[in-house]
Amino acid sequence: MSDSSRSARGRPSKVSRRQALLTGAAGLVGAAAAPLEGQTADQAARVRVPADPTKIQGPGGTDVGARSPFERPARVSMGGGARRTSTQTPLQDLTGIITPADLHFERHHAGVPAIDPDRYSLLIHGLVERPMSFTLADLKRFPARSVIRFLECSGNGGRAYRREPADLDVTPQQIDGLTSTSEWTGVPLSTLFREVGASPKAAWFLAEAMDAAVMTRSVPIAKAYDDAMVVYAQNGEAIRPEQGYPVRLFLPGFEGSSNVKWLRRLELADDPFMTREETSKYTDPLPDGTARMFSFVMDAKSVITEPAAPDRLTGPGWWEIRGLAWSGRGRISRVDVSADGGRTWRAATLDEPVLPKCHTRFRLPWRWDGAEAVLMSRATDETGYVQPTTGALMAARGPSTSYHFNNIRAWRVARDGSVRLAGAPA
Amino acid sequence: MTGRQRRSTVTFAALALCVAVRLVAAQAPAAPLGIGRPATADEVRALDIDVMPDGRGLPVGRGTPTEGAVIYASKCAACHGANGEGGSAERLVGRNDGDSFAFATNPRLARTIGSYWPYATTLYDYTSRSMPFGQPGTLAPDETYSLVAYLLFRNGVIPEDAVIDKASLPKVAMPARDRFVPDNRDGGSVVR
Repeated sequence: MSDSSRSARGRPSKVSRRQALLTGAAGLVGAAAAPLEGQTADQAARVRVPADPTKIQGPGGTDVGARSPFERPARVSMGGGARRTSTQTPLQDLTGIITPADLHFERHHAGVPAIDPDRYSLLIHGLVERPMSFTLADLKRFPARSVIRFLECSGNGGRAYRREPADLDVTPQQIDGLTSTSEWTGVPLSTLFREVGASPKAAWFLAEAMDAAVMTRSVPIAKAYDDAMVVYAQNGEAIRPEQGYPVRLFLPGFEGSSNVKWLRRLELADDPFMTREETSKYTDPLPDGTARMFSFVMDAKSVITEPAAPDRLTGPGWWEIRGLAWSGRGRISRVDVSADGGRTWRAATLDEPVLPKCHTRFRLPWRWDGAEAVLMSRATDETGYVQPTTGALMAARGPSTSYHFNNIRAWRVARDGSVRLAGAPA
Repeated sequence: MTGRQRRSTVTFAALALCVAVRLVAAQAPAAPLGIGRPATADEVRALDIDVMPDGRGLPVGRGTPTEGAVIYASKCAACHGANGEGGSAERLVGRNDGDSFAFATNPRLARTIGSYWPYATTLYDYTSRSMPFGQPGTLAPDETYSLVAYLLFRNGVIPEDAVIDKASLPKVAMPARDRFVPDNRDGGSVVR
């Protein structure tokens, strides 16, 4: 590619995006140097490579690979401060449906614990015939299963719900970066519950972590016999520490906080335990003066990741609208895209594979005429559920409800090609 | 083989089978795959720290708001504020006018123990497992009961002379107890 202003991805705005990343990461990666006289920061940060790579032998293989130094996708923290309690996946920098494990979003309540896998064990007790303890080697010996599924924090997308005027300069990452997709490998929970002889009287189970919060959630027993898993691997290798190393609970389609990480104990019981997280935190106030509890399932949602802030389209012509759609209730059956603020819609193409409870990639070619445009995407899942407008969701939930923000997101493309989250209608 | 011999052989086989079945049944039922090992009662006791709304799991001990105030000042106030008004950590104390539960429509309503928590037992469970933030899991049962008593008193839920223990805590009526409803979303065409 001769145009030096274009990135390897052929995405004109990518340069400014990378420049922003480099500026932020300069002290960490070491590739960036202080600009010399007449250099821009981006020029100074540019990695030195041979002028013609066909004329010099490259370095040999390495024990562990690394990204190209030209590519620096990074999580960002939702809050300030040194002690990050959540970080977001750079959705706008990723393609396909799989999230690299080191870019999977994080949410933890007491930091990331360090756990020795040789001293790890999982206790299962309560309404069972045989209270049992399983080492990591025990868990890996059970018949295993691998699935590709999304995992999403139930608070994801709050910025696209409230759309405060001061809160519109946000990227897909900053709006929806608390969702990621991985291949997860582990043991079906039903296998473990049969091994301990789960009582027919058990209606719920408690999952407990071994972090400093000793985080707990109650889960209906039916989920164990549906598709719940105890997982130890992610994208082909051991789970990352921030994702629950060595073992986490994985509940496909359920809000992230119920997928308890660093899992040390499961207790089967007749009733829910009413832990702090499932009462005072992950509940949904409703306009009728009640609050919904145990609202586990993440409803269908979609977000356009390109074009999206901070992109700047270089001119009219053909562009591909790209994004992700997913539903905690099953497969995405269609995604419709509008380029005129929701007046007309066209069906997008869904990339294979379209898996249940999994990120699904959608695409639609779009010819921009240079006028202001508002881009929207609307997901439908196999239950017939259609991603609601912001107005419809707000009518059902109220403006200051707390979680499960799956309303349609809108991006406004200005005449100069800049893209910004569209605010609430005046 | 005569008919008589055949009958006696069948009878013997059936008898042997019955004995075998009885022997197996008399033992503990076997785990299907035989992976893992039985957990001892001590192992279960060491980890089984949860408290349920009916009081199951609460330890022996007791505490009062007055005792709790002293512990709160030394172990909690730095993050949650001298009077539970919040600081670097969340607000704990306060009731809304008329115990309003309009959290979905009024972003200014305070979410506190007194205004939002449905079960008093949750306060014991969470405080004992996760707090204080810098020294989690270090409070003795009497200290935890005292802190729970203090926070319930400051939220106007119990009187200052109340004694909180495993018998009284599950009986505490939280103002928000009846506000919570089960999830009624189930996919399909209706937005709930």
